[in-house]
Amino acid sequence: MTTLHVLFFSTHHALWAEEVLRTAGMTARVVAVPRRYSSDCGYCVRVVEAPEPAIAAALAAAGVEYDRIVRDTDGVSS
Amino acid sequence: MAPSSRSAGSERAGARREVVYLDNAATSWPKPPGVVAAMVHYLEAVGANPGRSGHHRSAEAGRIVLAARRAVAALCGVQSPMRVLLGPNATWALNQAIAGLLQDGDHVVTTSFEHNSVLRPLTALAGAGTITLTVVPGSADGRVDPDAVAAAITARTALVVVNHASNVCGAVQPVAEIGHRCRERAVPLLVDAAQSAGAVPLDLTRQGIALCAVAGHKGLLGPTGTGALVLADDFEPDRLRPLLLGGTGSRSDSLEQPAVLPDRFESGTLNVAGLAGLAASVEWLLGEGGGPEAIGRREAGLRAEFVALAEATVPGFQLVGPRGGDLTGVVSFRVAGQSVSDLAQRLDDEHGVLGRSGLHCAPAAHRALGTFPAGTLRFAFGAFNTGEQVEAAVAALAAIGERRPSP
Ligand SMILES: Cc1ncc(COP(=O)(O)O)c(C=O)c1O
Repeated sequence: MTTLHVLFFSTHHALWAEEVLRTAGMTARVVAVPRRYSSDCGYCVRVVEAPEPAIAAALAAAGVEYDRIVRDTDGVSS
Repeated sequence: MAPSSRSAGSERAGARREVVYLDNAATSWPKPPGVVAAMVHYLEAVGANPGRSGHHRSAEAGRIVLAARRAVAALCGVQSPMRVLLGPNATWALNQAIAGLLQDGDHVVTTSFEHNSVLRPLTALAGAGTITLTVVPGSADGRVDPDAVAAAITARTALVVVNHASNVCGAVQPVAEIGHRCRERAVPLLVDAAQSAGAVPLDLTRQGIALCAVAGHKGLLGPTGTGALVLADDFEPDRLRPLLLGGTGSRSDSLEQPAVLPDRFESGTLNVAGLAGLAASVEWLLGEGGGPEAIGRREAGLRAEFVALAEATVPGFQLVGPRGGDLTGVVSFRVAGQSVSDLAQRLDDEHGVLGRSGLHCAPAAHRALGTFPAGTLRFAFGAFNTGEQVEAAVAALAAIGERRPSP
């Protein structure tokens, strides 16, 4: 299972991204940022089993600003 | 809920008189179904500070705030909910826009129909020598000529500020015509939509509005302590300096204010209980409530009924301001031989009819309408007023007229 974390500059964008990705049919949830990532805000969005380009496209289409998308592989994901 | 607060509540409820509430321009009442429940839900079952902590309650509070932002964005025709900057009231929004945008040497154009929440900040900046100010006079029937606004724009004009709907006489200004003239001259238009949002359709980009100040607690039917400054999708936010600096829940490692919207303009904890109510009220307004156009038409209809009935049955009734044209549910009037403050007091004491007398924080508007300094009595019909209440208010005015002690 692939887990991606989307990191943000603002908690408001993180919550908005959760809504945008869920509307796009993805399994997305706001969670506290795992310690191993540094981030501007305390939340990130965890997305399970969705391709990175689809996530990026959905966020860009809505105008959500994000820092970066980081990828965890099965077993080490938070 | 604690039993003691429940009984205190019911005692208060028992003491409550039936009223005809016609002061919706000050703040609207009652609120749509679901508003109180949404506020109680936040306070009882969520409680946390939105976005400040990583836990799920904090996220849930953040979702409530997002819902309010999204609802206000939809109402204003703005794509990004992040362009809805939340604050305590329309006064905050207007001050944020005015103080955030203007610089030394700027020229500002505004109108005589502005509320003090526009004219006081502008007058203070002009008094300090920071800006120069042109106040375009309105007509006695409450109108501002878009060409007169355009004619006042100079090479130094950095901002035009226009009241969308008068809180004194109910006149709705042709804001899109003004907006298009501002856009031709590349001058941002700040619209005070405190009295129009929720009762007159807003579509910022289409109407040429760069910044729009709204109150959450008037036509948007939310609780007091809520308001927003809405930035049009094409307005460059870097032009605006934040009024308040502080904690935002983002970039905690940095001593600099974050640049990202809305954080840059929202330092400090938001009124989440209020915003829970605002999200519910605007969702109602855009759904079951029928939308701003339908609500506004109904309110203007009640105003017209009131004027017709009062003119027919209340001796000495004098309408102040426009009779026709684009109007909200706000109406100003006087009754010959009666002071407006005494009349308002007697309507309250003897009939439970609640209006507002005086100058309505808009002395320049009253000068334009010829009612300064005595002022007027104002009724503001809202989303939940009825034809029966119009009749009751007119009957109360007629009854007071009959019982008036002879001078
Ligand atoms: C036209 C207008 N602008 C601004 C305001 C200020 O609104 P608030 O009380 O939300 O600050 C009011 C409120 O009466 C108003 O009528």
